[in-house]
Amino acid sequence: MTEAESRVEAPGADYNFAYLDEQTKRMIRRALLKALAVPGYQVPFASREMPMPYGWGTGGVQVSAAVLVPGDRLKVIDQGADDTTNAVSIRKFFQKTAGIAVTGHTGEATVIQTRHRIPEAPLTEGQILVYQVPIPEPLRFLEPRETETRRMHALEEYGLMHVKLYEDIARHGEIATAYAYPVQIEGRYVMDPSPIPKFDNPKLRMAAIQLFGAGREQRIYALPPYTEVVSLDFEDHPFVPGKAEGACALCGSETSYLDEVIVDDRGGRMFVCSDTDYCAGRRAAGHVGAEGAAAGEGRA
Amino acid sequence: MDDQALSGGFADTPREAALAFRAALTAMARPGRIEAVAGARPPAPLSVAAGTLLLVLADPTTPVHLAGALDRPGLRDWLRFHTGAPLSDRAGAVFAVGRWADLLPLDAYSLGTPDYPDRSATLIVEMDALDATGARLTGPGIETSHGLSLPEIAAFRANRARFPLGLDFFLTAGERLAALPRSTHVEAV
Amino acid sequence: MYVAVKGGERAIDAAHAWLAEERRGDPAIPELAVAQIREQMTLAVNRVMAEGSLYDPDLAALAIKQARGDLIEAIFLIRAYRTTLPRLGASEPVETGGMRCDRRISATFKDVPGGQVLGPTFDYTHRLLDFALAAEGEVPEAATAAPDAAPKPRITGLLDRDGLIETEPASDETPPDLTREPLGFPAGRALRLQALTRSDEGFALGMAYSTQRGYGRNHPFVGELRLGRVGVEVEIPELGFAVEIAEIELTECETVNQFAGSKTEPPQFTRGYGLVFGQSERKAISMALVDRALRWEDLGEDFTGAPAQDAEFVISHGDNIQASGFLEHIKLPHYVDFQSELELVRRIRAEAAASAAEREAAE
Repeated sequence: MTEAESRVEAPGADYNFAYLDEQTKRMIRRALLKALAVPGYQVPFASREMPMPYGWGTGGVQVSAAVLVPGDRLKVIDQGADDTTNAVSIRKFFQKTAGIAVTGHTGEATVIQTRHRIPEAPLTEGQILVYQVPIPEPLRFLEPRETETRRMHALEEYGLMHVKLYEDIARHGEIATAYAYPVQIEGRYVMDPSPIPKFDNPKLRMAAIQLFGAGREQRIYALPPYTEVVSLDFEDHPFVPGKAEGACALCGSETSYLDEVIVDDRGGRMFVCSDTDYCAGRRAAGHVGAEGAAAGEGRA
Repeated sequence: MDDQALSGGFADTPREAALAFRAALTAMARPGRIEAVAGARPPAPLSVAAGTLLLVLADPTTPVHLAGALDRPGLRDWLRFHTGAPLSDRAGAVFAVGRWADLLPLDAYSLGTPDYPDRSATLIVEMDALDATGARLTGPGIETSHGLSLPEIAAFRANRARFPLGLDFFLTAGERLAALPRSTHVEAV
Repeated sequence: MYVAVKGGERAIDAAHAWLAEERRGDPAIPELAVAQIREQMTLAVNRVMAEGSLYDPDLAALAIKQARGDLIEAIFLIRAYRTTLPRLGASEPVETGGMRCDRRISATFKDVPGGQVLGPTFDYTHRLLDFALAAEGEVPEAATAAPDAAPKPRITGLLDRDGLIETEPASDETPPDLTREPLGFPAGRALRLQALTRSDEGFALGMAYSTQRGYGRNHPFVGELRLGRVGVEVEIPELGFAVEIAEIELTECETVNQFAGSKTEPPQFTRGYGLVFGQSERKAISMALVDRALRWEDLGEDFTGAPAQDAEFVISHGDNIQASGFLEHIKLPHYVDFQSELELVRRIRAEAAASAAEREAAE
């Protein structure tokens, strides 16, 4: 993150604080409270048409807008990185409309909006993690009808999900779901954790508050801190979080989630941390991977 | 409508409401934690905390039930002027506010439906004081367990037994509030 | 040494500057004025107003200019702007029976009270490119006549008087608003009609066409198609009566569809309804056909599994802003989820290869 990016801009006079009007915020805030009261249940909300496309984080943006306070430090990541274009765009939106401070450092952020990742560094009690969710309904790929899936949740009828997972095992020898891996919350609602890799599933029980927003599908759901989250599995086929074998080429981490980078057209590839802040932090602390440089040099 | 009804709202709604909501969100996410809020100066006997919650959450789409001594003209006017919320009986209320004895019986409020458990009432219970002792709370939002002074135990246990249906509670005293969602297990110590 | 790709912010700024330049096109050609779009691209303006759910020709024209003529993008701009507008009040229902019609035709009767009025339509133009337009000449003035003041009662009203068509029950109920409340199913007719009038014209057309080809067939006749202006009235509580605050152009289509009936009830024609901002005939007719198909349950018909009969399917997929946003989001980075699948496929393939090798060794 450069100096310029972390500068606090004056809120745009043309917009209400954090863009949304107060009545819309009230409606979203009521939905958030009910979502926290019934963890894993998807609360319908009257999602507004935002000045960015559906599918690009309108749910997460509305949730963030409803929870942000003037003193917050916001971090926005997409695929674990602060500098992916959509993360940059959303961060700028809140700098402009809420005048809040932004940061790239996980530890400094009070609110983190994310798409597809949970940061590597454990989150703490004062933090809120807001997920952008494309399809909130974990049963949607098994049953396209909202009227049916709503009934299935009401009756706790999750047999279809287990059948699907078991069919995977019969065909592939293991459960063939690698991301958006379904979880059950406190033994009740089956929930889609958004398209995070299943590597991140064990982190879903955390100290921070987790809020999920799906704008186009008009749903909000939540996990209070320390909520019990179980990745669905079978006794003889227990859940295994997976990641690429190998270490980050820049910082040498063997435990972080890795992105694959193709480096030539002869099959050459390397792996780097998907969490850019985690990687930069390790390099600043002196860790060096096979392709990395000493601290300071590799950071743009 | 007297002058008192027109005053006592937020001076800077977007910012004050955001701060107060963050406290309410934190309270609901961490049952039993006591948070401080400010902003509303409602007519007596409504507390600052209960008044602030209503300013943050109530609007013309959310009928409010004023229980017992709170159902008085000055408060009705204040609520209507600042939130536009219609007054309601227990059954139709999205929010109900009052002292515990005045809020009872709990069966009268909407508990939500199996399809839409979110369509249940939220009760704001006015207390003389709030402290982190008394009942033992466990469940989502609580790492091990938490203590909270509650007006009684049995009603909250019965409410938990209906999960995912059920009522959600804020407990308010002065400028402080705590929350007790339906997901919390409550035991006498 | 490898350095990760950075500079998302600079790339975005540069892309926006380039886009602005592309929008302007060749600077040697005079720039389009918003008023030119409003006056000369009227049907595009109408579509943006209809699907943007905001009646404002100037803003729609501006959106078209900003969107470089991409109408879905223009509709998106209008929708995003519309959301931020305060709701100052609700109008009285518009009275389309009193419409000052520019065009009014019925396919069910040769002549009707008020007459058939062809109006400004492409219907009988020969679709031959008019190279005279390329010469930018002025068009010859059209012949004029005195305003036609004859009342034009609704055709369906005439049928209704004889009990030949189902009666539309009057209601003072406030209709739901899917832009303010979360959508739930089953959706009532008022909500379905709101979704249809905002829906993508191409989607509505395709759905309607599918009913004509047998997927939920309902044998429609255009009982009446009317285009014209109606007054918008708002009740002023302080005055105690309604005042006209604006006039808007609407296209309304009422279809007369195959009769229903049973042993106990004599047959009656049924209705489909379409109402759209501006001159949007294709959309209004499409809407009426789809409305009628969605009414199968109210009319005691069978669900044949046709897409146009399925309210959840139609309403969930007809909004082009939702659809294009979600469709296009797949061009956003998906490195993380793709990587997780890549690992999974590699592992399953490695395991398959290992067990094949084992089998070979055993043989």
